[in-house]
Amino acid sequence: MTDAPLTLRSASETLAAAFPPLLAEAEHLATTVMIGDHGRRRAGVGDTFWQYRPAQNHDEMRSIDWRRSARSDAQFIQDKEWQIAQSILMWVDQSASMSFTSLNDGTTKGSRARTLALASAILLLRGGERVGLTGNVLPPRRGEVQVAQMAALLSQDHTDDFGTPDATGMVSHSRALFVSDFMGDLTGIETAMAKAADRDVRGALVQILDPSEEAFPFDGRTIFESMSGTMRHETLKARDLRDRYLDRLAQRKDHLASLARAAGWQYNTHHTDTPAASALLWIYTALERRA
Amino acid sequence: MLNLGPIAFATPWLLLGLLILPILWLLLRAVPPAPIRRRFPGVALLLGLTDDTSQTDHTPWWLLLLRLIAVAAIITAFAGPVLNPDEDTPGTGPLLIIVDGTWADARDWSRRVDRIDAALAEAARDGRTAALVTLTDLPPEPPVFQDAQAVQQRLPALQPHPYAPDGAALTDWADSLTGQFDTFWMSDGLARDSRAALLAALEFHGTVTAFESPRPVLGLRAAQFADDNVTVTALRATSGIEVETTITAIGLDPAGVERRLSSAIATFEATATQATATFDLPPELRNRVTRFEIQGMRSAGAVTLTDDALKRREVALLAGASDREALDLLSPLHYLEQALIPTADLIDGTLQDVLLANPDAIILADVGTLTAIEADTMLDWVESGGLLVRFAGPRLAASDISRIDEDPLMPVRLRIGGRSIGGAMSWGEPKVLAPFPASSPFFGLTIPDDVAVTAQVVAQPDPTLAQRVIAQLADGTPLVTRKSAGSGSIVLFHVTANAEWSTLPLSGLFVQMLERLAVSTRPSAPTAEDLIGTTWMAEDVLDAFGDLTRADTLPGVDGEALATATPSAMMPPGLYAGEDRRIAVNVIGRDDTLIATTWPARIAVEGLDVVRETLLKGWLLAAALVLLTIDIVASLALSGRLRGPRAAAVATVLIALMIAPQARAQDDSFAIAATADVVLAYVVTGDTRVDEMSDAGLYGLSNTLFQRTSIEPSFPVGIDLETDELAFFPFIYWPITADQQLPTREAYAKLNRYLRSGGMILFDTRDADLARFGSSSPQGRKLQAIARGLDIPALEPIPQDHVLTRTFYLLQDFPGRHPSRDVWVEAAPAGAEISDGMPFRDLNDGVTPVVVGGNDWAAAWATDRLGNPLVPIGRGMAGERQREIALRFGVNLIMHVLTGNYKSDQVHVPALLDRLGQ
Repeated sequence: MTDAPLTLRSASETLAAAFPPLLAEAEHLATTVMIGDHGRRRAGVGDTFWQYRPAQNHDEMRSIDWRRSARSDAQFIQDKEWQIAQSILMWVDQSASMSFTSLNDGTTKGSRARTLALASAILLLRGGERVGLTGNVLPPRRGEVQVAQMAALLSQDHTDDFGTPDATGMVSHSRALFVSDFMGDLTGIETAMAKAADRDVRGALVQILDPSEEAFPFDGRTIFESMSGTMRHETLKARDLRDRYLDRLAQRKDHLASLARAAGWQYNTHHTDTPAASALLWIYTALERRA
Repeated sequence: MLNLGPIAFATPWLLLGLLILPILWLLLRAVPPAPIRRRFPGVALLLGLTDDTSQTDHTPWWLLLLRLIAVAAIITAFAGPVLNPDEDTPGTGPLLIIVDGTWADARDWSRRVDRIDAALAEAARDGRTAALVTLTDLPPEPPVFQDAQAVQQRLPALQPHPYAPDGAALTDWADSLTGQFDTFWMSDGLARDSRAALLAALEFHGTVTAFESPRPVLGLRAAQFADDNVTVTALRATSGIEVETTITAIGLDPAGVERRLSSAIATFEATATQATATFDLPPELRNRVTRFEIQGMRSAGAVTLTDDALKRREVALLAGASDREALDLLSPLHYLEQALIPTADLIDGTLQDVLLANPDAIILADVGTLTAIEADTMLDWVESGGLLVRFAGPRLAASDISRIDEDPLMPVRLRIGGRSIGGAMSWGEPKVLAPFPASSPFFGLTIPDDVAVTAQVVAQPDPTLAQRVIAQLADGTPLVTRKSAGSGSIVLFHVTANAEWSTLPLSGLFVQMLERLAVSTRPSAPTAEDLIGTTWMAEDVLDAFGDLTRADTLPGVDGEALATATPSAMMPPGLYAGEDRRIAVNVIGRDDTLIATTWPARIAVEGLDVVRETLLKGWLLAAALVLLTIDIVASLALSGRLRGPRAAAVATVLIALMIAPQARAQDDSFAIAATADVVLAYVVTGDTRVDEMSDAGLYGLSNTLFQRTSIEPSFPVGIDLETDELAFFPFIYWPITADQQLPTREAYAKLNRYLRSGGMILFDTRDADLARFGSSSPQGRKLQAIARGLDIPALEPIPQDHVLTRTFYLLQDFPGRHPSRDVWVEAAPAGAEISDGMPFRDLNDGVTPVVVGGNDWAAAWATDRLGNPLVPIGRGMAGERQREIALRFGVNLIMHVLTGNYKSDQVHVPALLDRLGQ
């Protein structure tokens, strides 16, 4: 038992080593999106004044704004702006396949996915929403602490080859964001989307791909292995496989897009060699979309 | 050793290795290229895809063939193939090795010693006895045959000698030979009379083999004067191809250090065995030359020493004190100077001063009396060998010198007044010269018809007069008289040294007479009669390798021996000093030639056969290496690994191989682009930021010029001083960076040519201040370092009335990004003054070749392609004003470059219009 604190400490230090840069990067990314006053622009529950309107029959007497009504003959009601917070649940693929990169600067799909997710979380939290992670890992809450917790959780790496979205813990009528390369079995995502649709959860699918996954620039006798080495495929002429691989990739993208369309979700592909800010902006607008 | 036609193998059993090639073929065929393992998440999409073909399953046949050839080349290489192997059959009996041992051997002495060493080693292997004889250093008794290894021990002491073998001694020695032996003759390659007899004697005792080096034998004849130049003739023994040899003149520089003073090229025509190099040396340099050498030849024959024969005389010119501002042509010394400057060194000064310099000759033109002290020292000088030449003239005629008694410094007594012939107040025609008598030093000179004497001083008839006259007029009046005093002599011309009294100084005869007088004491080759009974001491002697050594310890040489000028053991080539002169003895005489040996057909001559043993191992290994390199590239390409940085590296190598011809092909287009329009240029410094700024600056300036003036430049170009032609550009902007490379010698030559031919360079240290040449900034120091090699005139800060201030705009400030006022241009000539009615001086009649400043003009001019300024200048509107003034300075500068001092001349326009009556 004596070495337990030590193990814990070293483990947490390893964890923290990746964590502050991730947080800093996400914060930095988040600042690139300027948000105005995060109002809903319609009447609802809230503290801020929205508009005066004539009182209707169904309005309660106590909601009449007497100060305004006293200046005329009719009764007026002061509407507050609708400020109810949304719950947004995120799932970020932390599997081994996300740790792939072919870029010189070493940007892996995983790091880009985490940065994007955390940055949008920061933005949404600033906008007053509640943000959490799916799978009952981190229930949606508000506040800066949530960012730190999210960052800590996202910093973990999973060992399985491909990730499957966990649709548990989703609140009804909330929003969701799934970030992954969607290279694994698609049944997982189908089930998750079905569950989400059952609970009237809308959201966005972001597929993060490495440029070499789009281009397939391989040649000659090659043994392809998955990131953890469990899956492998040998070919004698990699170039011949290129067209068929690209066909399959396009099919997969189509399938994801149609899946998203059917569930009323948004779908987008992001490449790690393009700037993260555009993807962040897309995520933000996709989640902002009115239900 | 296994022989297959012209090829033999040193270790033929290694060729068995070729048997493994078929096995290797099967093995390599069976093994496909190794796969690459790649981590790739998209593998999920690949599952289930199969290959269309299985073609690359095994290595392609051509790659296999490539590898097999490489392996075969390696195996064959290590089997030691030899092309044209030489076979030798061992001899028997004693071996006599004869070495000529002359200077001609010295050129490759160590190789010869190696060859002798090999011959001796071979003799030792074969158990033969041997003897070694040097023909230039013959032993007194017949050779004693010893164990070959014992002879080998003495090899290091073997040295060549700088002279040819003595024929008579050789014959005696050949007669004393006895017994049977084989001879190996190391010949120096030069034909000699003594060779045939010796060869016959040697063949009587056994077989003779000769060795001759294929390297050419070169020699130098003694340097000679020809048309005031020194010519040196190079000789060679074998003709056949055209060869250039460089001949170097070596001597002491003013600091007393021996160095190369000059060099010239002698070109042997294909059929010629002689070539002449001409040295056009200034006299000062010529007097310093101590020897000529063929460059790169280590041999006494390739060195020729010079003696007094090449020295130039020093002549002092003195005229009587002149009291008028005489014109040049009336100066009594003018014609003398003109006549003597090409052939002698002239000394100026007072008599006392020039006597200290101890000249060879002193010429007094129309000098009357000398003070007693002067006369005494002069007389001493004449008696110790000086030549005094006097010219008459009004002053001499008016003085009483040598009137009653003969003056020691005059050859004759003179009558009062002299005479005048052919003038308005006299009878008779001007007199012409009589032909020179045979006793005269001028004998043989042709007398031009137009030489006439109108006035002269006349000698008193004396008993000695007749023998002192060396030139006279047609009527017998002495014109030039001479007497000797001590070991010197005194000459009097009875006319003036200028054209007042006669036309003699105007004629070519005058020069020839002076030459005869002054030159006749130039030492020529001494004859045997001159040298009989004299003894000469060697000062420096040459060894066979052409190295000069002090020779204080050698015994003296008789004059008769010296007169033969043939070096021998008693008289090695070198410089011999007598009482008053030094004589050089050279290996090759004035008329010697070099002739190659011709051996009878029965004698085997080694070293000249063209077919040489060639080892092929290196070539085969190199071929294998090349094949394996191709194999690397091909394998990489086949297995799909030739991408990314590897492909870039391969491509770089290939492009580098092809780029040279392309670069040459671009030359013309560069020239056309640079000359189709006015193009402003900047020097590429290697600092990208600075170069970009220069480009943008000149672009901005070009734009401004286009908009405001009739100069319409096209895009500016960056130039590389090393490779680009500068003559296309009227103006070059040169920003100085601290870490800039200094131009090479060729680039400096190009820059100086550019500056002299009217180009302008604007040096910009870009540091605001340090155009003061203060060198306190790194850029300032770099500018100094760069400018050191440039031909830059004296500079001054731009004066207020410099034409740069008004070529287009009226300016007094020349700011760039910095507003410093210190901008330097070529200084005005010293005498420039403001004349009346002119607002400014009439200054330099040309373009200042350089403008030096530190205001970083390029930054102020710089715009992007849309015309937006790139660099903020100053603050607010004042800054914009500064930018505008900077642009105006640029406009003025280019105007100045292109129009010169046109604006200076414009000041005369009102006067011109006035004169035209308009």
